[in-house]
Amino acid sequence: MIDTVDLAAKTPDEPQPYRELGLKDDEYARIRDILGRRPTTAELAMYSVMWSEHCSYKSSKVHLRRFGELPESDALLVGIGENAGVVDVGDGYAVTFKVESHNHPSYVEPYQGAATGVGGIVRDILTMGARPVAVMDSLRFGRADAPDTARVLPGVVAGVGGYGNCLGLPNIGGELLFDDCYAGNPLVNALCVGVMRHEDVRLAKAEGVGNKVILFGARTGGDGIGGVSVLASETFDAEGPAKRPSVQVGDPFTEKLLIEACLEIFAADLVTGIQDLGGAGLSCATSELASAGAGGMHVDLDTVPLRDSTLTPAEILMSESQERMCAIVEPAKVERFLAVCRKWDVLATVIGEVTGGDRLTVDWRGERIVDVPPRTVAHEGPVYERPMRRPEDLDALQADDAARLPRPSTGAELQAHWLAVISSPDGADKTWVTEQYDRYVRGNTVLAQPDDAGVVRIDEETHRGIALALDGNARAARLDPYTGAQLNLAEAYRNVAVSGARPLAVTNCLNFGSPEEPEVMWQFAEAVRGLADGCRALGLPVTGGNVSLYNQTGEVAINPTPVIGVLGVHDDVRERVSTGWRSAGETVLLLGETRDELSGSAWAAVVHGHLGGRPPVVDLAAERTLAEVLGALAREGLVTAAHDLADGGLAQALTEATLRHGTGGRLALDGDPFVALFSESTGRALVTTTDPKAVKDTARWAGVPVTELGTTGGDTLALDGLLELPLAELRAAWTATLPALFGLPEAPVGVRPVGTVPAGTVLSS
Amino acid sequence: MRIGVITFPGSLDDVDAARAVRLAGGDAVALWHADHDLLDVDAVVLPGGFSYGDYLRAGAIAARAPLMADVVTRARQGMPVLGICNGFQVLCEAGLLPGALTRNAHLHFRNRDQSLRVERADTAWTSDYANGQRIVVPVKNGEGRYVAAPGDLDRLEAENRVVFRYLGGNPNGSLRDIAGITSENGRIVGLMPHPEHAIEELTGPSTDGLGFFTSVLKALVAA
Repeated sequence: MIDTVDLAAKTPDEPQPYRELGLKDDEYARIRDILGRRPTTAELAMYSVMWSEHCSYKSSKVHLRRFGELPESDALLVGIGENAGVVDVGDGYAVTFKVESHNHPSYVEPYQGAATGVGGIVRDILTMGARPVAVMDSLRFGRADAPDTARVLPGVVAGVGGYGNCLGLPNIGGELLFDDCYAGNPLVNALCVGVMRHEDVRLAKAEGVGNKVILFGARTGGDGIGGVSVLASETFDAEGPAKRPSVQVGDPFTEKLLIEACLEIFAADLVTGIQDLGGAGLSCATSELASAGAGGMHVDLDTVPLRDSTLTPAEILMSESQERMCAIVEPAKVERFLAVCRKWDVLATVIGEVTGGDRLTVDWRGERIVDVPPRTVAHEGPVYERPMRRPEDLDALQADDAARLPRPSTGAELQAHWLAVISSPDGADKTWVTEQYDRYVRGNTVLAQPDDAGVVRIDEETHRGIALALDGNARAARLDPYTGAQLNLAEAYRNVAVSGARPLAVTNCLNFGSPEEPEVMWQFAEAVRGLADGCRALGLPVTGGNVSLYNQTGEVAINPTPVIGVLGVHDDVRERVSTGWRSAGETVLLLGETRDELSGSAWAAVVHGHLGGRPPVVDLAAERTLAEVLGALAREGLVTAAHDLADGGLAQALTEATLRHGTGGRLALDGDPFVALFSESTGRALVTTTDPKAVKDTARWAGVPVTELGTTGGDTLALDGLLELPLAELRAAWTATLPALFGLPEAPVGVRPVGTVPAGTVLSS
Repeated sequence: MRIGVITFPGSLDDVDAARAVRLAGGDAVALWHADHDLLDVDAVVLPGGFSYGDYLRAGAIAARAPLMADVVTRARQGMPVLGICNGFQVLCEAGLLPGALTRNAHLHFRNRDQSLRVERADTAWTSDYANGQRIVVPVKNGEGRYVAAPGDLDRLEAENRVVFRYLGGNPNGSLRDIAGITSENGRIVGLMPHPEHAIEELTGPSTDGLGFFTSVLKALVAA
């Protein structure tokens, strides 16, 4: 029997499975208050999904307000609250970018979870009116040699690649890191960036009474119905249909058609508002469109094209079937809208219209099953000020400084530790992953992984372009979430700057454990505070972001993992600077100051399995100056390569810079060579130049410390008086790790060792 | 000279192919798969991508698109046709070139800067190269393993119709390291690697790919 609004009014005492749907007693009571009766089954489904942590940000909202309180930025065209923020990058171009997590689905079903993560963020960018131009991915897994990592990682990488490649979006960079804390909680954060003209920005709101609501893209199926399966078994008898899979299945081909159809629809000015269907599907799209617009909307659910005719109305409203969009179209433009969709073989159906008043109503088989004020669903969900408590173990953790760890002293020991760090799964060459991603499609990729930032040309005439970097060191955030968030911000900022770009805006994906744990909530609040303060110091707006909570198994939460994305602008991408050394006889300079900062370092983790102490000091004023110097050096063409120093310090940076084009170098290190090689002091960059005097003058004039390290050339990396590493040996160590763990690149199927680690590799615990 | 670039649903490198045509000095003409009109082009490029999502078999559905009937007719009359990656798959599915492209031997999508040896510098698309020349262009595919019956492979080699071979590692397990082949008359060329991604210093691993497009413009002028 259909649970209609009338029936709900007549049967107030009908028991409802709200707890199974994740609603608390007081939340359910509030829904009854809002409606003045019990909700119908369909309404309960809508509220439960829209009031979930994922959709409502109920635990994080009070903290995220800090981003909104940042000083206004001239660059920001559309801020937090829309599907993605929009930034002015000059010459009338606007750029929109955002990161989103798809962590849990990727653990359950690695390929589809990761694939639909990419699909979802691409639709968010498309929804803003932009052509998506590139993607990035930030990935975290459990120990590299854990059997479950061998299950999850290959599927996730194939999924990110499979979807992005088939959409024709170059993957320009990202991260791949391993830590025990992600066993059972892998993190899959995908970023998409899109470009449009200022006047093409679209917003998600339903305005104009009488305008049509058009659902277009894929048919609606039973996939991605999570908690609502409880309702399905509630509505039917116990012998009824089995619970449906809760991970969505992606079809990138349909999404590619959707992109091209949307861009043609935008160009012809055929929509007044548009929203993609992601989490919470049609419930989310209709309630958000109505809530942000005039307020009223009516939907006739029978018109929704289905893949499965047995779906219940609640399931149709909740389905997270991928590759769907919802548009608000003036009646006079409907025919042209449908014609564009036909051209691209995209199914499009009028399912309702914008109405006067402030109710969202949904009919099914002639009966009213939903009648709600849309704002209460979409924007007026619960808000919690959860209790917070500084982790009890933090004092002890911070007191356990890396200074107590035995340090290498001889050249042979330094070399052994060097090779251990750069061949560790975190430090090793990532080609095994990035070879599975198309980095060339669309022909505008100027820099991609393994460069520090991805750089994309956005105008072939003016050579204007953008740079993007994603960073999320969780070790530092575990030791001090405030500093850790700033450290990641500083690193992404520096990565964009070494490419020669001017940093412009920030996005983020905040991955944490359960907000119901006061210690996790404290970590979250501290990270947000650190990030907001950091952005204020750097003069950058936060354009939006994503929060992923409940990343924990049982009692153990993941290390706080604030992944920070920074967008920069290149006035002329031909001035970009790459990380690799190309020619012999150039001078190698280190910009910035190296301090004895080994706590939380890759060295401490890899060699000693240690995490303790306080993370490196972040000096944002110094970062700002360094970025200005790097930008000036790029514009003047004074540097031939520039590489940021971060995880693994100078040892890691030298490895990557020399192996890129097989150009070695002879260097002399001042002071303690161990500190010089492995410290992770912030605000540093390694550059090469044919005009050392000019670079030194520029740096000194700005107040950036500069140290001459030596000269490029040869097929070894020699540190005077300490060691001489043949590049071939360095390369062998650096490149062997991931193939040994996840399969040799050329090995036919069936010859893939699983969970093996090359001899000599020291793994982090 | 007008060089058409066909867009099928799911074509991805059509913008790249058009850019390559322009940089070589030609007029790039956008062609739509569902039309029956080649718009008076002098040559056609079938670009890379995942036409129809690679459903059924890569290239199989696109090979039956309305415009492909016109392409086949004109190709048989000698119009130069270049199929890149998915375009190569379409040419094989359309029967314009022999053999087939199957799943890479290691089953991974593979994107890398690939060395190729030019085996034939006298086709419509390769005259700006020298026989034996080594070029570097990106390869990126999941289904790029060239296969054909042993007799067909022998005949291709006997007729000198292998245009490119992989050097320094075979990225997908293609038989006899074959990266690209040509028709009997040397007017149709299909290859898995992507010359259109190696046309600018700024964005490619080299500019070695531009020669495809300058070659065909010369071939058309000479005709």
